Amino acid sequence: MMSTKKSGNHNFNRREFLGAMVVTSSATGIASAVQAFDKKEMWQPDRADVVTPVRGDKYIFFTDDEAALMEKLVDCIIPPDELGPGAHQMGVTFFLDRQLAGDYGHAYSWYMQGPWPEGLPSQGYQTRLTPAMLYRSAIAAIDKYCVNTYKNKFSTLSISEQNDVVSALENQQVDLDGVPRKTFFDRLLQNVTEGYFSDPIYGGNRNMTAWKMIGFPGARYNYRAYVTKHGEKISLAPVGIMGGPSWKAKA
Amino acid sequence: MSTVTKLPSVDVLLVGFGWTAAMLGQELTETGLKVLALERGAWRDTSTDFAVTFAQDELRYYWRGALYEQPSQSTLTFRNNPNQTALPMRHLGSFLPATGVGGAGIHWNGQCWRFLPSDFVARSHNEQRYGRLAAEYSVQDWDISYEELEPYYDKFEYLCGISGQAGNLQGRIQKGGNPFEGTRQREYPNPPLDMTYGPELFRGAAERLGLHPFACPAANMSRAYVNPLGVELAPCTYCGFCEKYGCGNYSKSSPQTTILPVLMRKSNFELRTHANVMKVLKDSTGKRATGVLYVDAQGREWEQPADLVILCAYAQHNVHLLLLSDIGKPYDPVSGKGVIGKNYAYQIVSSVDVFFKDKILNPFVGAGALGVAIDDFNGDNFDHKGLNFIGGGYIALWNTNGRPIETHLVPEGTPKWGAKWKRAVIDNYLSSCSISTHGGVLAHRENYLDLDPTYTDVYGRPMLRMTFDFHDNERRLSNYLTDRAAEIGRAMQPREIKINGRDGAYSIIPYQTTHNTGGAIMGNHPENSAVNRYLQSWDVSNLFVMGACAFPQNAGYNPTGTVAALTYHAADVIKNRYLKRPGPLA
Amino acid sequence: MNDHLKYLMCGLIISVFGFFTSGIAQAYPRNEEIARGRYVMLAGDCLACHTNDGGKEFSGNRPIETPFGTIYSSNITPDIETGIGAWSEEQFYRSMHDGKRPDHQYLYPAMPYTYYRQLSRSDVNALFAYLKTVEPVHNEVKSPQLIWPLGWRRLMTLWTKMFLNKGEYQYDAQHSASWNRGAYLVKGAGHCGACHTEKNFLGADKRTQRLQGGEFQNWFAPMLIENSRNGLGGWTQDEIVEFLSTGRNSKTAAYGPMAEVITDSTSQLSVDDLNAIAEYLKTLPMTNDNDRKFVSNNAALQTGQEIFSAQCAGCHQENGEGVSHAFALLQDNANVQQSKPDTLIQAVLVGVRAVPTAAQPVGFAMPAFDWKLNDAQIAAVLTYVRNSWGNAAPPVTASQVRSTRSALVYARQSYNH
Repeated sequence: MMSTKKSGNHNFNRREFLGAMVVTSSATGIASAVQAFDKKEMWQPDRADVVTPVRGDKYIFFTDDEAALMEKLVDCIIPPDELGPGAHQMGVTFFLDRQLAGDYGHAYSWYMQGPWPEGLPSQGYQTRLTPAMLYRSAIAAIDKYCVNTYKNKFSTLSISEQNDVVSALENQQVDLDGVPRKTFFDRLLQNVTEGYFSDPIYGGNRNMTAWKMIGFPGARYNYRAYVTKHGEKISLAPVGIMGGPSWKAKA
Repeated sequence: MSTVTKLPSVDVLLVGFGWTAAMLGQELTETGLKVLALERGAWRDTSTDFAVTFAQDELRYYWRGALYEQPSQSTLTFRNNPNQTALPMRHLGSFLPATGVGGAGIHWNGQCWRFLPSDFVARSHNEQRYGRLAAEYSVQDWDISYEELEPYYDKFEYLCGISGQAGNLQGRIQKGGNPFEGTRQREYPNPPLDMTYGPELFRGAAERLGLHPFACPAANMSRAYVNPLGVELAPCTYCGFCEKYGCGNYSKSSPQTTILPVLMRKSNFELRTHANVMKVLKDSTGKRATGVLYVDAQGREWEQPADLVILCAYAQHNVHLLLLSDIGKPYDPVSGKGVIGKNYAYQIVSSVDVFFKDKILNPFVGAGALGVAIDDFNGDNFDHKGLNFIGGGYIALWNTNGRPIETHLVPEGTPKWGAKWKRAVIDNYLSSCSISTHGGVLAHRENYLDLDPTYTDVYGRPMLRMTFDFHDNERRLSNYLTDRAAEIGRAMQPREIKINGRDGAYSIIPYQTTHNTGGAIMGNHPENSAVNRYLQSWDVSNLFVMGACAFPQNAGYNPTGTVAALTYHAADVIKNRYLKRPGPLA
Repeated sequence: MNDHLKYLMCGLIISVFGFFTSGIAQAYPRNEEIARGRYVMLAGDCLACHTNDGGKEFSGNRPIETPFGTIYSSNITPDIETGIGAWSEEQFYRSMHDGKRPDHQYLYPAMPYTYYRQLSRSDVNALFAYLKTVEPVHNEVKSPQLIWPLGWRRLMTLWTKMFLNKGEYQYDAQHSASWNRGAYLVKGAGHCGACHTEKNFLGADKRTQRLQGGEFQNWFAPMLIENSRNGLGGWTQDEIVEFLSTGRNSKTAAYGPMAEVITDSTSQLSVDDLNAIAEYLKTLPMTNDNDRKFVSNNAALQTGQEIFSAQCAGCHQENGEGVSHAFALLQDNANVQQSKPDTLIQAVLVGVRAVPTAAQPVGFAMPAFDWKLNDAQIAAVLTYVRNSWGNAAPPVTASQVRSTRSALVYARQSYNH
C-alpha cells in the first residue's frame, strides 16, 4: 500500500484525480488483464472507417418555423443567380439540419465544462450553448427582431429586407437574446460554406454542382498526369466519395 | 479510493506513439531492450482509417477533426498575457495536435526543414552582431550546434525519403538549392517534386528580383522509395489531401509509412493503445522516475514501472506531464526563475494572395510540401541593421491544395457573403494562389506554460495554461516579411494582390501552424533549462523529454526535421553512453 | 508460443542442424532427424491448419470450410489423450500415406494426405520425430459438421479407393536432381494442388487440370502452368523464387490464403528448394490458349474506365503499371486474367493486404470497396481491368459479384445507389 503525493504547485482546491491509490502488487493473472495491442488488428478485411451518407428528406432538427427562416437565410449567404443554385437548392439547409442533429450540433468533441465568463475575441468560442442551441436561440431571436422591425417573420420579408437583416447580423446590430453575436454569425458563414462545398454524402452540394461551378474535380486521388500541364484547364467531371453520374451505367 | 495495479517492469517506456516514439522504439529495440509504448489513442492504418476510397473528405477530416485530439478529452486554457484570465480552447483552431498511433506525423504537410546554423546560437550570434536584446526577450542558445545535428538531420531525411535539392553540399553551393542552408553531407534521397504552375510563377518572380528560390524539401515522395529500414513508400499522386489528412497512398512519410512496418514485427517491442499516461512516478528521493501511472480504455489505473522513461507526447503534453508530475521547477514570469513552461513560442504567419486574369493554376493539384521558397529573409541570412528586429522566416508559395471549403481566395474589398462573394469565389478559384510568410516568434518573458488554477480535464487534472501573444520583435519581422512577399507577388505580374498582414492579438481561432515550441527547453545549466543537450531531465536522470518543447528558441521553419534530429541525437547518446552507465550525461 | 520464442527456437534448431551436419550428425542422428522433420513441417505448412486463431501451436480445432461442411483440424501435439502422443511411427505414417487413423477410420481429405502420401518414409518419420518435441496441448477436437450422408466416415473408404493415387514420389531420371526436388515439394509436402487444382464434385483433384487454378473459399488460386496469358509463363524462375521467399515481386504480392503459406512455409524454405520448385513449375506444359477476345461491350468498358480512373489509378496508375513491390502491376498480368474472377471480386469487395515479410515489411493494403461500389460497378471495373493493357479474360458479371458478396460473411449488405 502506498499513496501518491499531491502533485502540482498550484494552490487550487480540486478533486485529487487519483484519489488515494492502492497499489496491489503483482499477482497471478494481473498482467494478462493488460491488453497489449494485438498485431492482428493492424489490418482486417472489410474494415473501413467510412461515413454513412445522410438519408431522408425531412428535417429532423429544425422545426417548420426554423426551417422556413433557415431556407431563406442560407440563400442570403449564397444566393441563387445565373452562376448557379443558391445554398438552399444545393441542400445546405438539409446539411445544417443533419449537422446540428448530430455530433457537431452537440459539441461532441468540444470542451464544454464551466466556468463560463465572457471571453476575449482572441479566446474563441466561449458560450455554453452547443452549436445546435446556438442556432436554435439565434433563429428565434432573429425572427423576434424581424417582427419588431418589419412586423413580419424573416422568411416573409423581401429579399432586400432579408439582406438588410443579414448585414445587421454581420455588424452585430441584432440583439440575439444572449447569443454571442459574432460567434453566431462567423459560425453561420462557416457552416453554410461547408454545406455548399462539402461532399454530397453530407446532404449539401447536391449533384456536386458547387464543385462544377468552381472547377474542382472532387474526391479524386490522382493528378500525376496534370502536375506539369501549366495553365491548362483540366476537364475532369467531379466525383464524390460515393462516385459520379458516369458510374451509373449498367455493366 | 481507486485501485492501481502494478505491472511487471520494462526496460524503456515511451509515453505517446508518434514520430519521436517510433524513432526511439526502432533505435532502442536494436539494443535488445524491452521497449513499451503507451499511446492514448487508437491504432491507425492507411487502408482502414484514411483509405483512398474516403480520405478526400474535407468536412470530416479538417473541419470536424477526425484525426485530431478532441478538446473534450484534452485541451488547454489560453490568454494573451498574465493580466487576463485564461479560458479553455473549446474546439481546435490555431493548431492541430493529434491523437492515435502516428500522432500528428499522420496529418502533417511533410515540410521537412533544417534550421540554420545561426538559429542554434540565436542569442549569442545576434547580440554579437546587433547588440544586446531588450530584457523582455528570454532567447537562449541551444547548447547544441548545427554541425552536431547534421548527421541526424541526414538520418531522418533518408528515413523519410525527402524530396528536395541540396543548396550547400559539403560547403559547395548548388544551383537551384537553398544557398543559405547549413552545409549538408549529401544530396537529398529523392529529387524535388514536379512543380505546379503557381510555384513556378513565384520562382520566376523571385529570380527576377535577385532572390534565391528553391524547391521546398518535401516528405511527399517524388518517386517510389525504399528507406534504410527496407520500408517502401509509393510515389505521390498530388491529390491535394495531404496536410490535415492521412495519406491513403503510402506517399507521405509518417511513422506508419517509414518505421512501424519494421518496429511492429519486433518481439521486444510492445504497444498498448488507449493507454493514457496521467503522470510520471518518482521514488522517494524525487531524483529517479520509477515508471508512470496510466488509465486504460475501461478507466482502470495501472502503474507501469520502467528503468527509463521517455516522454514522446506532443510538445505541450510533455510540459503538462512534467508539471503534473512535479518534475523540475515551474517557470515564474515575474522573477524569470524556474524552467518548466519557459520560452513557449510559435510561428507568426501572414500571406499575400495573388490573382491572375487569365492564368489557370489548378490549385487542387497539390501536395503538402509542394512549393517554392526563398530563404533570403530567414534567420540571419540578411542584414538586420536598422530593422529593429532579429530573426526571420521563409517566404514560400505552397501549392498544397484546392479544397473548396478551405480555399476561396477573393480580392480586396469582396464582401464575406452574398452574390458578390459567390461570384468572386467562382471567378478566382482556378486562377489564384497565395504566398505565405513563416516567421519565428522570439522567446519572450511573458510567453509561457503553467497549470491552470480553475479548469480541469476529464481526469480531474488541472489543465495546461498557455499565456502567449506576439510582441514587437515578431510583429516588425512579420511586417517586413509581408512587404517582401508583396514585392514578389507583384513581380508575378498578376491582375491584383491582397495583403493579409498580421496585426492584433494572437488568436486561438484561425489555423496558423501546429508549431508549438518550448516549455521544456534544453540548455547548458539546470537553472536555465529543463533538459540538457541530450534531452535528459536535469532533475530526474532516467527521464528524457522529446519534441519541440525542447526548443529554447523557435526558428523561421517548420519544426519536424529538427525535432527528429534532436531525437536521433538523444537516441545515439542513450544507446552508446547512457545504457552503459545510467546517470546524468551532462 | 510468441514470435520471440519461435525465433529463438528456430535459431536453435537451425544451429543444431548446421552443427551436426558438419560431421557429428552420425553420432546424434536423432537431432538431425528432428531438424529435418521441422523442415518437412515447414514445407507442408502443417502449422497453418493445425493451429486455431488464438490457439496453441499444432493443437488443432481450426475450422476448415469445405463445400461439404466444416471439418476441424486435429491436434497433432504429443498430448496422449487428445493429440498423437500415443501414436506409433507406423500409425503416423499410415495417416500421412493412406489417410487412415489408428482407429482404422479414414481422414477427410481436407487433410491433404492425397499429396502427403508422396512423402518418403524417412521424411514422414522425421516429421513424426519433430512433432514429438512440440509442447503437448490437451485440446479435444470438435466433430466435423458435414452435410448428409458424408458424416458417415465409412464412405471415405470408397473415396480413397477412387481417388488415392499412387504412393511415394518416384525419381524421374529424365530430369535434373533439382527438378525432382521441386516436383517432390510441389506434389508432396507443398500440396500446391490442394488449392491450385480444380476439384470434382466429390472434392478430389481433376487430374487433367492439375495446377491450372482452383476455387477456394471465394478465392481463385491462380494457374501455375506455363501459359503466358494466365499462367506462370510470364514469370521468370527468379520471380517465382522472389515471390515465394518474400511474398512480393515486381508483378504482384501474396495476399489472402497465400499470405499464410508465404509466412509459415515458403519464406522459411531454403533458396535451393525454392529454385527447385520454380524449375519444376516452369516445365509444366501450357494448354491451348488462343482466345484473346472476350469482351465486345464497349459501354461496360467505358464505365469501368471511369471508375478505374477515379478509384484505382492512384495506386495502380492509369496504364495499370502499378508500383513495383508496392501496388500490383495490372498490365498483361496473369493474376487478373484467371478463368474465374473470384479473387479479384473479393479483393475489391473487402480489400486485401500484401503479406508483410522480413524482406518486404510493408503490408500494403487495398481498401474495401463494398460500401461504395455496387455489383454492377465492381463488375464493370473488373471487366475493364481484365481487358485492358494487354489483358484478355472473360467479363465479370454483376451476378458473380453479388454471389461473392453474399458468400463473404464479413461483407456488408449490398449498397445500391
